[in-house]
Amino acid sequence: MENALFSYALRLGDDSLVLGQRLSEWCGHAPAVEVDLSLANIGLDLIGQAQLFLGYAGEVEGKGRSDDRLAFHRDVMAWTNCLMVEQPNGDFARTMARQFLFSTWQKALFDGLAASKDARLAEIAAKAVKEVTYHAELAGDWVIRLGDGTEESRRRMIDGLDWHWRFVEELFQADAVVETLVAEGVAVDPAGLRPGFDARVAAVLAEAGLPEMQLPRGVVGGRKGHHSEHLGHILAVMQHIPRTYPDAVW
Amino acid sequence: MKTDWPLWEVFVRARGGLSHRHAGSVHAPDATIALRHARDTYTRRMEGVSLWVVRSSDIAASDPKQAGPMFEPAESKVYRHPTFYDLPDAVKHM
Repeated sequence: MENALFSYALRLGDDSLVLGQRLSEWCGHAPAVEVDLSLANIGLDLIGQAQLFLGYAGEVEGKGRSDDRLAFHRDVMAWTNCLMVEQPNGDFARTMARQFLFSTWQKALFDGLAASKDARLAEIAAKAVKEVTYHAELAGDWVIRLGDGTEESRRRMIDGLDWHWRFVEELFQADAVVETLVAEGVAVDPAGLRPGFDARVAAVLAEAGLPEMQLPRGVVGGRKGHHSEHLGHILAVMQHIPRTYPDAVW
Repeated sequence: MKTDWPLWEVFVRARGGLSHRHAGSVHAPDATIALRHARDTYTRRMEGVSLWVVRSSDIAASDPKQAGPMFEPAESKVYRHPTFYDLPDAVKHM
C-alpha cells in the first residue's frame, strides 16, 4: 500500500481540522460566556492537532506540501475526514452530542496510537490524548446535564444523538490503509476500540437517563473523499482568503 | 440563558504556588461544570494547578461598615507585628 502513512496522518489531521473549524462557528454564540470559552478552547486544541498531523503528512508525502498547503489548497474530494465532524452545529445539544461521540472515539484512538511504532505519530498522539480526554469528559458532562435536564433539553439531546448516530459506524471502519498500517504496528485497529467506546457511551446515556441508541445502517464515505453536502460549504469559508491570494504570507 | 446559573468563586493554586488565590468567578449550573469553566477561563490548562470553586452564596464576608472596629486594633499597635526580626535566608515562604 503506497503511502498509507500519508493517508492515515492526513485523515487524523482532517478530522481535527474540520471539527475545529466547526467549533469556531460558535464563537460569540454559545449559551453562556463560559461555554463560549470552552468551545473555543476545544476548537483550538483540535486545530493544534491538525497542524501536527497535517505537517507530518506533508513531510511523509515529500512533495513539499506544508500543513497550510494541505489545509487551504485541497478540494472536497481530497479531504478524508469522517462524516461526523463535518455535520452542522445545529443547537448546543447537537454540537455536544457530536463532541461526545467523536472525542470518546478520538480518546480511545489516541490512547492506542501513543504506542505506535511510528515515533512521530506516537508523539503527536501522546500530546493530543491529554486534550481529547478533557474534551470527552466535558462533552459527556453536557450530555448528562442536558439529557437529565428539562423536557426540552432532553428532547434536544436525543435529537442531537440521533443525528450523529449514523456516523459512528464509519469511525470503526478499516480499509486497506488502516489494515496495512495495523499490520506494521503503526495504526490502531479500530475494531479493538469498539467495546470501550460502546461501554463509555452506554454509561453516559444511562447516567443521563437517555434511551440506548439504535444503530441504523451506518453512513460512510468520508475516508474516500465522498462527503456530505456540508463539507464544501465549510471549505468555501475556510479557504476563501488563501484561495483568493494564493501567494499571501501570514 | 433562561434560568440563571449560580455564581461560583474560583481559587487557583499555580504550579509551584503555595496557596490558592482568588482568581475570579464563573457562572455554572453545578460544581463539576464550574470546575470545567474555571479551568478554561483561569488556568489555560497549565498542568499541576489546583482549582477550588465555591458557591458565592456560601461565602460569608466581613461588613465594610464594620471595618473600623474590625481592623483598627491591628493598625495602631506595632508590637503586634513580628517585623523586628531579621529572617535568615534559609527560612522561606514567610
